Order: sequence, then C-alpha cells, then structure tokens
Amino acid sequence: MPENNILPFRQSDDPNTRDVIIQAEDLYISRADRNLLSGVSFAITQPGITTLLGPNGAGKSLILRLIAGLMMADSGRLSIVPSISNSLALVFQTPVVLRRSVHANLNHALKIYGTPKSERVGRIAELLVLADLTSLAQTPAKRLSGGEKQRLAMARALAARPKLLLLDEPTASLDPHATAAIERLTRSAAASGTKVILVTHDRMQAERMADDVLLVHRGRIAEHTPATQFFEAPTSEEGRTFLTGQILL
Amino acid sequence: MQDLWGSFQAAFALIVQMDADLAEIVLLSLQVTTAAVLIACLLGFPLGALLAVGRFPGRAILSVLTNATMGLPPVVVGLLVYLMLSQSGPFAVLNLLYTPTAMIIAQVILVTPIVAALTAQVVEDLNVEYDDLLRVMGASRLQTVTTLLWDARASLMTAALAGFGRAFAEVGAVMIVGGNINHVTRVMTTAIALETSKGALALALALGIVLLMISILINASLMALRSSTRTTAHA
Ligand SMILES: Nc1ncnc2c1ncn2[C@@H]1O[C@H](COP(=O)(O)OP(=O)(O)O)[C@@H](O)[C@H]1O
Ligand SMILES: [Mg+2]
Repeated sequence: MPENNILPFRQSDDPNTRDVIIQAEDLYISRADRNLLSGVSFAITQPGITTLLGPNGAGKSLILRLIAGLMMADSGRLSIVPSISNSLALVFQTPVVLRRSVHANLNHALKIYGTPKSERVGRIAELLVLADLTSLAQTPAKRLSGGEKQRLAMARALAARPKLLLLDEPTASLDPHATAAIERLTRSAAASGTKVILVTHDRMQAERMADDVLLVHRGRIAEHTPATQFFEAPTSEEGRTFLTGQILL
Repeated sequence: MQDLWGSFQAAFALIVQMDADLAEIVLLSLQVTTAAVLIACLLGFPLGALLAVGRFPGRAILSVLTNATMGLPPVVVGLLVYLMLSQSGPFAVLNLLYTPTAMIIAQVILVTPIVAALTAQVVEDLNVEYDDLLRVMGASRLQTVTTLLWDARASLMTAALAGFGRAFAEVGAVMIVGGNINHVTRVMTTAIALETSKGALALALALGIVLLMISILINASLMALRSSTRTTAHA
C-alpha cells in the first residue's frame, strides 16, 4: 500500500457530527497544470447509501479512489474512522474477476481476508445464493456474462462483511435486468448495516438508491443534500441544470 | 540419390523398430531438457514476477540483465560452464564435467532468462488489471505474486514450452559440457552432429526426424495454448 493521507478520525462530541465516518477537507489533485479536484470538502455519515452523482469526468472516481486509499490527494485532509477504513471493499465499473471458477474467486478472496478455512465453505454457499450464482459455481469466471461477473464482484466485495462498500458506476455497462440485480444486492448490504457510497452518472439510479446526494461537478462538490430534497429542490445551480437533463459543461 | 533413399529407409526402420541406441539418446535428451526446464521455471517464474511487481533496489538492472541474457549464444554458455566445472575451475571438486548434470546446468542458464522475461511480461500485463483490486483487498506481497502467477498459468505454460523448444534443439552448449559421450551424455543434437560427420546418415536422419517431430509437437502445443488463452482472456 502506498503512503496515503487518510488520517484517523477525531471523534467529536458534537451530536450533529457523531455519525460522520468520512470527512474531506479541501482536497486538491492536479495533473499537468490542470485541477482534477479543487477544494473538495464533504462529510459522509452512517448509515445509508450516499451517491456521488455527476457527469463523466467530474472527479467521482478520483474521490472514491482517495477514500479507498488507492491514491492520495496533493493537499487537503481526508479523515476516515479507522474501523471503517480497515473494512472497505470496492467494486469497479468493469468487473475484475480472477481467472478461476466462480467458487474459487470467492474462496481466494476469503483467504486473502483471512477467513479460516472451516468457515469458508459455508460463507461461499451463502454468497453464491445471495448473488444468485449457485448454478454457476464451477464456471470459469471469465466466461460469465457482464451482469454475472458484476454479481460475482459484489459477492466478493461483501464476502468479508465490509463496513464500507464503495461502488464505482457498477451498472454503467449493464442492461436493466442486470442493473436491478446489482441494486438489489446494494440495498440488502445497506439494510444489513454496511455503509454504501455509490458513484453514478445516472440520476434515475441516484433517485432509486440514494439517501443523500453529493453532486460532483468539475472537481468540486456542487452540493450535498438529502435525496428527497435534491430531487425536488436542489440548492445549487448545477443541481438544477443536472436535473433538467442538460449536460453540465 | 540411391544412397539418400537408402538412408531414409534405414532411418524409418530404426524408428519403427524403436532401435535401442536411438531410444536411449531420445530418452536422455528428454530427461535433460525436462529437468532443465523444470528448474528454469522454479527460478524463472518467481524471478519474473518479482521483476514485474517487485519494488527493490537493482530491479531495473536485473530486468535489463534478464532481457539481455535471453539470447545468449549457447556455445558461450557452454564455454562458461566448462570453465567453471573443468579441472582448473572453481567447481572442479564436484566432478560434474561431461555428465548429464553439467548439460542440465548449461540449459538452465540458457532457459531461465527466457522464462523469467516472458513471465515478467505476462505478470505485468495481468497486474494492470488486478492491481487496484488486490490492493483494496489488502493482499500481501506474497499473496499478490502467487495470485498473479496462478492466474497467468496458461501463459506461463507457453513460456515453459518456449524454453523447452530452445533447450531441446540446442547443440553447442551441451556438446562442450557434456562431451557427447556414448551412453552417458549423447543427446539428439550432439548425436546428429557426430553421426553426420561420420557419414552414418541413417541414425542421424532417424534422430533428425524424431527431433523434428518433437519440435513440431512443441510448437503446435504452443499455438494451441496461445489461442486458448486468447479466447478465455476475451470471453
Ligand atoms: N491519473 C490521472 N492523470 C491525469 N488525469 C486524470 C487521472 N485520473 C483521472 N484524470 C482526469 O480527472 C478527471 C476526473 O476523472 P474521474 O474521477 O475518473 O471522473 P468521473 O467523474 O467520470 O469518475 C477526468 O478529466 C480524468 O481525465
Ligand atoms: Mg469514473
């Protein structure tokens, strides 16, 4: 793991911030004289599904990668409650599956997570049922359809019962049926107490899934509002433009 | 012309009858090269993986060295191993010169860089795909390397076969360190060279035909493996 600037979170006594698990303060990332993130600040609370909504190239994936510890910001400060940063999983837009059977993919993940052998068999069976992959258990994962691969990626992400599930446009290349399956898995994870951060450029999906919306636009947070409010009366100009379906440029 | 036809007939007769001398030479060739390739894989797979994903001082130099030694002239390798093992060399006490072990050592030196360089390439490509996932999962260095090696297994087989092809068809190095001693270190390539120079074309041709068939078999397997990896990689 590279050095990163994720700091242990300072728990506050202020009742309004007690459930904050991730706090970003003034994050900047620039490459080749271009600001990819410029002054990103937000606070994400537990529980529920937070969506990072915004057009392509807004900086959503960058923010998710910062939270996952895959990269670090040039400046600013990102604090994550340690018990959360130690227990997170990430699902990518293009599902990454190992060149092994579906069963072996899950078994290998559990091995890496340190699950004792005696517990693995049962857990794999549960995960196969959860992701509706039982009949495909012995199929090489590379031969699965896109939707099946992504269900496998979800099952693998959930294998260690993470406290935080990061989803980077997990349904962007899937048909509506496969999308529904991933959304069902996402909801059931959230219902069982896993905090979910879902990146999407699809406002319909955000409307179906979100408890709160972080609107990302040109490397900034345009607004952060509860979903009910966002879809009725967004507080930002960008929010209004995005909801009218006009592309934000 | 009559002679050549006669030699071919005699050669086929040797093959069909499974001539004892012929069989002995073919078997020794297979044993030496198989042993050499197995050892080269044991060294080359981890070395290649380390070159691909390791972060340690000297990695760049090691990588250049590996690639540079991929095409070592076999006679030079033979000469070096000879100097090491000969009466005046540092490993003279081992008494390995003119033994199959000496030939295995020479072939290991020839094949290991090939296996390592091909492994590094394959593992590096695969790591582009797996890196983020394995990092987020918290995989250790060892887990990362073993995961990549296992998932590259089809391509690693082709690396091993490529190494086998090179070692098996090679004559210069094994001639120098093995000495082409009958019943001891005589392998297919050295026997062909000797029998041809003696004018014993029947045995030379018979060996040549078997060598050719084995080479074709190796290359056919290589092609089959490559096309099957391609299909699964894109499925
Ligand atoms: N490693 C990088 N180097 C240079 N530019 C990058 C890099 N990663 C992302 N970008 C750029 O940053 C912007 C935001 O990227 P990203 O976070 O992937 O957007 P999205 O909101 O679509 O997920 C894009 O313009 C992208 O081209
Ligand atoms: Mg993205």
